[in-house]
Amino acid sequence: MGMTITEKILAAHVGRDQVRPGEFLMLGPDLILANDITAPIAICEFNEIDRAEVFDRDKVIFVPDHFTPNKDVQAAQQSKLLREFVKEKKLTYYWEVGRGGIEHVILPDEGLVLPGQVIIGADSHTCTYGALGAFSTGVGSTDVAFAMAVGEIWLRVPATQKFIFSGKLNPWVGGKDLILFVLGQIGVDGALYKAMEFGGEALKNLSQDDRFTVTNMAIEGGAKNGIIEPDEVTLEYLRSRTDREFEVLKSDADATYEKIMTIDVSGIKPQVALPHLPSNVKPVSEIGQVLLDQVVIGSCTNGRMEDLRTTAKILKGREVDPEVRLIIIPGSQEIFEKSLEEGLIETFIKAKAVVSPPTCGPCLGGHMGVLAAGEKCLATTNRNFRGRMGDPGSEVYLSGPAVAAASAVVGRIVGPEELF
Amino acid sequence: MILEGKIWKFGRDIDTDVIIPAKYLSSYDPKELGKHCLESLDPDFSSKVSTGDILVAEENFGCGSSREHAPLAIKGAGISGVVAKSFARIFFRNAINIGLPIFECPPAVEDAKPGDVMRVDTKSGRITNVSLGREFRAEPYPQFIQEIIAVGGLIKYAEKKIRKKI
Repeated sequence: MGMTITEKILAAHVGRDQVRPGEFLMLGPDLILANDITAPIAICEFNEIDRAEVFDRDKVIFVPDHFTPNKDVQAAQQSKLLREFVKEKKLTYYWEVGRGGIEHVILPDEGLVLPGQVIIGADSHTCTYGALGAFSTGVGSTDVAFAMAVGEIWLRVPATQKFIFSGKLNPWVGGKDLILFVLGQIGVDGALYKAMEFGGEALKNLSQDDRFTVTNMAIEGGAKNGIIEPDEVTLEYLRSRTDREFEVLKSDADATYEKIMTIDVSGIKPQVALPHLPSNVKPVSEIGQVLLDQVVIGSCTNGRMEDLRTTAKILKGREVDPEVRLIIIPGSQEIFEKSLEEGLIETFIKAKAVVSPPTCGPCLGGHMGVLAAGEKCLATTNRNFRGRMGDPGSEVYLSGPAVAAASAVVGRIVGPEELF
Repeated sequence: MILEGKIWKFGRDIDTDVIIPAKYLSSYDPKELGKHCLESLDPDFSSKVSTGDILVAEENFGCGSSREHAPLAIKGAGISGVVAKSFARIFFRNAINIGLPIFECPPAVEDAKPGDVMRVDTKSGRITNVSLGREFRAEPYPQFIQEIIAVGGLIKYAEKKIRKKI
């Protein structure tokens, strides 16, 4: 009987020909990740384990990105704890503020993520790496402590749901619109405990950056992982990032899917998620009058080159509405530098946007754009739960970069076609 | 272990940002986190909870972030356990790993009213709504999870593994 790509990766990691949904496995991950919020708990738990040592210095990666550059004294202490642990244990990979950026942006760009790997991270958006054909999933800090010491993680094999994007993409529609549309269809627990496998002709026409956006938000459907079979686009990206060897796995034609959903993307216009759930989705044309106080473009979901290029296309020669604060956050130092070279940063500054150093910051209401009661923000981030970006009385709307940039110019939520 | 306390009832999709907003994540002290548990939904929640009370919720409890601060905050607020129709997967792992007893039992949630007294036998999974005089049976944990619980949590499990006892 055939297997899905998710099942094949897990089977390979336990040295078996076959695994089945529902089975519990104890397996060795290829990368273990935590950040400045989740690593401190993992470090404390790790230190509680008698005679614990880091099992492999090349496989444990801590990234300071959530409350960095340090937002307050407590955040500074958490980052310090992380930094000291990295030094003490001589971990191979570490990117200090000024050299790195958002974890899910930098790990693939540094060539550390390969197809067929198993990656666990104490961050729910660890599922992003499925865009390169890896099995990657969010876990907790104690899971990371355990994995650091033992070199293993317990996982239950998920059943797979397949989402096939067919048809031709409309103008200004990208990965964010596709995943928001899917979330609108299935709800925030529609894929609870499942693997979401994305495929279809329309997906093949998406850039690698757009694909990262799709798998990034699998967690918003409750999924364990999101995954896309590597194709030429993915291989080209990988070749530009690493010369390490890897094996490309694909789902069998007779693999078993719990559910298959075919989505004709020619019917999908730019999408917006309304407060307070990422599944509360409507086409931008049906949003009505929503005046904005702030727009944020960035995050592990939409802080990559393609996102910033789309943003610049819209902002070029225009200015942000005087009532709106536009905050643009390149996802990494590399992306910041490339944006400078391409003239994007100049476009942003001239449009009266503020450009922030790479950070998760405002996405989770940490810093660099926290909201007051009654304020409305449109963000290219991933969650719009009550109070996510600040006061519980604030409201967050989610969209892709095209809608976000156009809305910053107009001062209310609009589709980009209103400007062209 | 027998848990017994008043029911605090919440709806579906209670997310981790609501359980403990990110602005408090500069700490991982359960007591400190507990003071702010669920404050966006009820600003006085933590001061109204009596130690041992039980949190009851609809589907997809704990959706969102991987922050272990969420089950720590619930524990720190004095809640002894959570009974829900379903749990988001990372929250489920985290609760098991830090030793917050959680149970999936849709019928027990259906009938529960805020303020009712609930009793949970964590070993057998028997849930009693004492106020209504009705009894329910929670889904048993998979065998593998029971082993982790039996040795006292994931960190203890790690120690045994390191000493090659498992």
